Order: sequence, then structure tokens, then C-alpha cells
Amino acid sequence: MKRDHAFLLMVIPAFVLFFIFHTYPALQGVFYSFTNFKGYGNWDFTGFSNYFKVFQDSRALGAYGFTFQFAIVSTILVNIISVLIAMGLNAKIKFRKTLRATYFLPFILSVLIVSYIFQFIFTHMVPDLGQALGIEALSKNILGDQDLAWVGIVIVAVWQSVAFNTLLYLAGLSTVDEQLYEAADIDGAKAWSKFWRITFPLIAPFFTINMVVAMKNFLMAFDQIIALTGGGPGRATESISLLIYRGGFEAGQFAYQSANAVIYFIVIVVISVVQLRILERKEVK
Amino acid sequence: MSNRINWKATILLILGTIFILFPIYLTVIIAFKTPQEMSGNILALPESWGFGNFTEAIEVTNFFNALGNSVFVTVLTVIIVILTHSLVAYAIARNMHKKFYKFLYFYFISAMFIPFPIIMLPLVLQTSSWGMDNLVGLGILNGVMHLAFNVFIYVGYVKTLPVELEEAAIIDGANTFQVFWKIIFPMMKPMHATVAILTALAAWNDFMLPLVILSDSSMYTLPLVQYAFQGQFSTDYNLAFASYLLAMLPMVVLYIFVQKWIIGGVMRGSLK
Repeated sequence: MKRDHAFLLMVIPAFVLFFIFHTYPALQGVFYSFTNFKGYGNWDFTGFSNYFKVFQDSRALGAYGFTFQFAIVSTILVNIISVLIAMGLNAKIKFRKTLRATYFLPFILSVLIVSYIFQFIFTHMVPDLGQALGIEALSKNILGDQDLAWVGIVIVAVWQSVAFNTLLYLAGLSTVDEQLYEAADIDGAKAWSKFWRITFPLIAPFFTINMVVAMKNFLMAFDQIIALTGGGPGRATESISLLIYRGGFEAGQFAYQSANAVIYFIVIVVISVVQLRILERKEVK
Repeated sequence: MSNRINWKATILLILGTIFILFPIYLTVIIAFKTPQEMSGNILALPESWGFGNFTEAIEVTNFFNALGNSVFVTVLTVIIVILTHSLVAYAIARNMHKKFYKFLYFYFISAMFIPFPIIMLPLVLQTSSWGMDNLVGLGILNGVMHLAFNVFIYVGYVKTLPVELEEAAIIDGANTFQVFWKIIFPMMKPMHATVAILTALAAWNDFMLPLVILSDSSMYTLPLVQYAFQGQFSTDYNLAFASYLLAMLPMVVLYIFVQKWIIGGVMRGSLK
């Protein structure tokens, strides 16, 4: 009996802190989403009107469109590149430790600072180089182009995220039994079929985790965008997080952006659940 | 069978590191150049390796103050996380058969899917009215934000630890807290390392939470300082890059010395 009390004592501090600083603000956010609260002063209940407004707001819809496009493309690229690098690092290579350490390096760097460095590369170095070489496609700053700015953000996000995903795949590959490959070699299997028939099914759980985690992180992108484009040009690269931040703190849209955040939360949960369902079904096969 | 070195993969991987190392090379050389040299070949090495840009950046951005803030928040966060999250995870892992603890586990874990912006606006009002818009407040909030993931990997680890040792200690008259502190906590060492590394990296590089929580610019952490000085930096890239390099250097140096440990720690976490 005493032991039960002790266990209860162990969880109470964390539970209280978590409730006060996580659950309570989340509930408040949901509560205020049904009001016209500006972040200060008086407020009234307005029912679902904030929610209806979000669906008619071209700025919000634009943010969702950009965020999805960015997140989907980045997730796919990161996972393809990470699997390839992880397989390379898992092979019998020379300088294995040094190479592994180099590929993991971006993970320890600040997303914000890395993005500032890439901002210089996109706005100064690449255009200078393009002009010097006479290559038109490279001669302009892609971050200043309405239609191409998102590509710059994808490049930076992928550059940095590949590090962590590679490590997760490497952990997955280290669980694969070498003897399976040797048996396949004896059967004369080609590299391609070895990958699809042996490697991939065995690292499928890691694939599922990586896809879900990468997608979720990219849907929450903020630092890269603040540093690279500030959401511009115009509002071409304004992500949902950035919109909530700007609207909520700078435009007195506390309640309205709270409604937007609730929708955003539902979207993330639905996408994650759908991803898990689809990918886990593949795993069983 | 084949113990030959796979040279094709080796060479491809070495070529690939150019993509990783190029931005870092660029940062280093620009940090050492003068504004006059920027009009020449950007990729060339600087004419001299003077530290002028760095001393200027240290002065302009009050670097050591920001460094102190970053170190303080990171250390505080790691201490809070290691002490409290391991304790909670132990209680949960040993009581998973009970409804309350199972509920608690999923309640904490579900926070991984709650985007920060949904709690951001109310949280900022709450912390500023409670006088928590400072570095200590930031450390406590970091602890809350990392709870979900840390509980997840700690619980996974505690489940693999044998209960026999605990039972023996209880027969010897130890209470539950003593059992945790003397037996379980030391046995969790590999997971402490993983949690400490991931939490420290996240706290050190975090931008969004300090941005919305800290109100006084003398409390700004290193990433936040780079953001605050963008106006000044956009006219002087050499100063900016010297400042970026200074801000990244502590982690990079640490990484060079303990990279095996860091990579091992992260891998261990991912296999849970």
C-alpha cells in the first residue's frame, strides 16, 4: 500500500507541471477559439464563426497549401536520400566513422543559423555564380521568386533533416542479419531485388516512424521560414506556424488564430493516423 | 564471404560530403574575410586570418552574455529532465497494468502530436502574467515540452530492467524512493545519456519558445541573438558570419570530441 503512495508521489509533480503548462493552455486555446478575444481586453462568445472564417480566409488557405506542398515534398526527398546514405554507410566502406560523423553533423546545428547561411548562398553566391557562368536558371535569387521560393526552403529543410533520418535508418539496418544477404548472393539476386525483398521489409517499421515524424516536423516548420524568406515574397511561403505566430502576436487575432491552431492540430492528427494506418498495412504485407 | 572494401560506396559517400561541408566552409571563410574581399571570388580563401570580425561580433552582439544564457538554459533543462522524467517513467513503467498509469502514459505521449502553436498564445499570456518570462521559466517549460518523448524512451528502457533487484532491496527494507535513487537511477545511465544529448541539442538550438517567452533582450539565447541582429547583419555579411560561427562553435567543438558518444546515444534512443 505504501509503495502505491510512493509511486503516486513520483508522478504528481510532472503531472501537475504538464497539466498547468501544456494541457491548460491547450484547453484555453480551444476555449478562446469560440470567442472574439484579441489577447487583451473584453471578449464575447462568437460560436463557430472563427472556424468558418478560417475556411474563407485566402491567407490561411494559402498557408495550408504551402505547408502541405513543402511538407510532402520534403518528407519524400528526406526519406529517399536518407535510405540511400544509410545503406552506403552500412556497407563495407573505408573511413566509416568519419563519414558517419560528417553526415550527422547538420543535426547538431541550429536550424535558424543554417537557414541564414543558406539565405546568403541563395541570394548572393548562386546568382553571382550563375551570372559568371552565363547560366540563366541560376542567375536569380530563387527566394525572391513567388513560384520558386518554396524550393529553397525544401533544400534547406532536407539538407538538415537527412542527418537524423539517416541515423534512424542506420539503426534499422544494423538489425538486419548479414546472412540473409549472403543467402541472396548465392541465389544470384541483383542489388535492386535484394533491397526490395530483404532490406526494405526488414526496415519497414523504421520507414513508418521516419515518414510520420518527418511529416509532422515539416508541417510545423517555422525557423527555416523566418530565416530564409520571412514568409515572402508576398505570402508565398507563409507556413501555418508562422501565420499563427504573426496573426496571434502582431495582429490582435488571438481568438481567430486559436481557431486556426485547433484546425491545424486536427489536420496533423488525421495525417499522422492515416500515415500510420497505410504504412502499417504495408508492413504486414 | 566478401570482406572487400566497397570502394564504389566509399567514393560516392566522400563526394556526398561536399554538400554537407560546403556551407560550413563558406561560413568559415566569409567570417574571416573583409567586406572589400567580398567583391572578389567568394569561394577563395581569405587573404589573412585575422580575428577582427570575431572581436567585433563578440562586442556588438554581447556574445558572452548570450553564451551564458544558452548554457544556463541548456544545463537547467537537462537537470530538470533527467531528474523528473526518469522518476515519472519509472513509476509508470512499473504500474502499466493499472488503468491510471496507463492513462497517464498515453496522456503524456499524446503531447507529441500537439503542435506548439495551439498552446503558444495562451502559454505566453500565462507565463508573462506569472513572471515566468525569463530563463528559469524557459527551463521549466522546456522540461514540459520534452516530457512526451522522454517518457516514451525512458519507459521503454525501464521495462527491460529486471525487477528482481528491486524486490531484493525492498525485502532489505528500502522504500520506493530509495529503490529508485540507489538502484534504478544508476541502471538508467545509458538512457540518461541519450535523453541528455537530445534534450541539450534541442534546448541549445531552440528558437521558437525563447522567441515568444523571453521579453528582455538581455536574456536572449544564441539563436535569438542572431535573429535580433538581422537588421545590422544584412549590411555586413562578414560580421554576420563571424557571429554565426561563434554561435555554432561550442556545439561543433563538443561534437568533434564526443561524436561517437552522441551518435551512439541517438541510435540507442531510436531502437527503443
